[in-house]
Amino acid sequence: MLQTLKEPALVPSPPQEQYVKAYHWMLLSRTVEEKLASLWRGGKIAGGLYLSRGHEAVSAATGMMLKPGDIFGPLIRDQAGRLAFGEPLEDVFRIHFGTRVGLARGRDGNVHRGHPKDGYFAMISHLGALIPVIAGALIARRFRGQKDLIGVTCIGEGGTSTGAFHEGMNMAAVEKLPLVLVVTNNQYAYSTPNDRTFACENLADRAVGYGIEGYTVDGTDLSECLKVIGYACDRARVGHGPQMVVASCLRLVGHGEHDDASYVDKSLYDSPVGRDCIKVAEDYLKQVGWADSAQIETWHQEAKQQIEEALTRVRREPLADPEHEDWCPYATKKIAEATFAP
Amino acid sequence: MSITYLEAIRHAQQKALRENPDVYIYGQDIGVFGGAFKSTKGLAKEFPGRVIDSPISEDAMVGSVVGAAIEGMRPIVEMQFADFGATAFNQIINQAATLFWRTKTPCPITIRMPSGGNPGSGPFHSQMVESLYAHYPGLVVMTPATVEDVYTMLLEAIDIDDPVIFCEHKYLYNRLKADALPETNLPCTKARITRPGRDLTIVTYSATVTEALTAAAELSREGIEAEIVDLRSIKPMDVDTVLASVARTARLLCVGESWPWGGVNAEVISQVVTHGFHLLDAPPQRINSRDTPIPYNPTLWHAHRPWHQDITSAARNLMKW
Repeated sequence: MLQTLKEPALVPSPPQEQYVKAYHWMLLSRTVEEKLASLWRGGKIAGGLYLSRGHEAVSAATGMMLKPGDIFGPLIRDQAGRLAFGEPLEDVFRIHFGTRVGLARGRDGNVHRGHPKDGYFAMISHLGALIPVIAGALIARRFRGQKDLIGVTCIGEGGTSTGAFHEGMNMAAVEKLPLVLVVTNNQYAYSTPNDRTFACENLADRAVGYGIEGYTVDGTDLSECLKVIGYACDRARVGHGPQMVVASCLRLVGHGEHDDASYVDKSLYDSPVGRDCIKVAEDYLKQVGWADSAQIETWHQEAKQQIEEALTRVRREPLADPEHEDWCPYATKKIAEATFAP
Repeated sequence: MSITYLEAIRHAQQKALRENPDVYIYGQDIGVFGGAFKSTKGLAKEFPGRVIDSPISEDAMVGSVVGAAIEGMRPIVEMQFADFGATAFNQIINQAATLFWRTKTPCPITIRMPSGGNPGSGPFHSQMVESLYAHYPGLVVMTPATVEDVYTMLLEAIDIDDPVIFCEHKYLYNRLKADALPETNLPCTKARITRPGRDLTIVTYSATVTEALTAAAELSREGIEAEIVDLRSIKPMDVDTVLASVARTARLLCVGESWPWGGVNAEVISQVVTHGFHLLDAPPQRINSRDTPIPYNPTLWHAHRPWHQDITSAARNLMKW
């Protein structure tokens, strides 16, 4: 069952339009996160800030493969995928500021956001816990007779050690659900290196244990990510059951902005996994003649401009405050009234 | 016609499956086998594909029904034993309980928790879990004590747009019987005065309601008239009915099979002391199981949980004030 796609010839290289679009999501993700980092350093964002630097190729490729009606359950370092799935830039700033409007209305922050009714599921902090949720949503879709739809969710190599990961993947396999799991092995679970996280040679081997199809891919290479993640999504969509893609890269930031990542083995930065996927993508764009340096610089400036405009709009919005908060965790009217009756 | 508490649970699920195509049941051994206690007996055959055997994966069972609920289904999960819900704790308290608060998306799931002790069940098949889940905002916790309530409240749980922890008591499964299933119901937000009385208020729920009734009959022969308040749901808790009863009797005895520390009895006493201290002629009392894991040996087990004799004894002492 294990398929590692060692022969890229199996899948054609991504066409120009798809590649350039994916690169744009990567660039927008990197640029908005640089803005967030600046705001965080300036004390404008409360709590932690968790960035995707180094993950953009995997994430953008993942988001690009989703179609209307699909389910997406992104994790921590998926800003690019969120944007590709349709998240407006305004919502990125709203969640980090804790505005009164937006996806969580100040009730949750940073990466814990989504709009489940639109298939954009909101993660909780507990890793692996989202996998069975996506599986269940796909069971519901099956009840409704909805076909050709997939659910895609993401995790890091660290999250593969949780019980929820195992239970969720096994359940998805038993139910033969169209679920694609993208595992990004960024070499460190917070500060814990791979050799303290798993003992198997390749995490994709776990797919064999679950009886599902698994792949590995160079997570620094957008072209490869589009090919392999695209292939896995296609396989899930036509009824081949759960798919697991393990992408390798290096987290080019700390776990959060509070973390200087001093524990990272410095030699990794000069190794193949340590390549900056944005640089790799730009080199490729120039190499195949889809963009020159001037064009790329223009795109950078346009991304910055787009982000400044979104930020300006969000800055005018009110922040959440106790007066406007209804303090009610219940959806059912009679329960809400009974719980909060004076 | 005679219907047991257990049969009422099956009838309620059958009615929900018949009337609402969004309802399905997920759990271990619940399909062809009909469940460890047979509460889904025959349902897999009557509703093909809607009564689904799960792997032994409590976390994924609950996680998956949260996902299905997001998509508009109204799933029921059967925990084989309430004790095993511990493995699903994260999905219940962090995923399900917070979903509406975080995302405005309702989470209409019902988690059936076969709770409480039976002789010989031991530490891991006997637990009462209601206090644990009631601690978390966003969850509804029901503790039906009668055949009628277990039927109507399970239907109500399925209908509620929030996650419901449905604590059905295993000791009652085949011991409680009713002549017929009810047509109407009291909302789960209301406690019930099971027995009126003037001398003391016994607040209880789940299996100890039966014990309180037995105790009240004995106390009545001694001239002590106990009023029994069955909480029915402990979250939300109908504090008004409790306070109104204490206003009539001036004495409060709380009874539950769960452990004492920070539990339902402690919450009831806290509410009454805070809002009705002036109503009391005596210090409120509580009876719980002993504060140890639940013993296997039937004789030890019998000495571990509260029975009607414990209630009559505590009531007599309370009347000395």
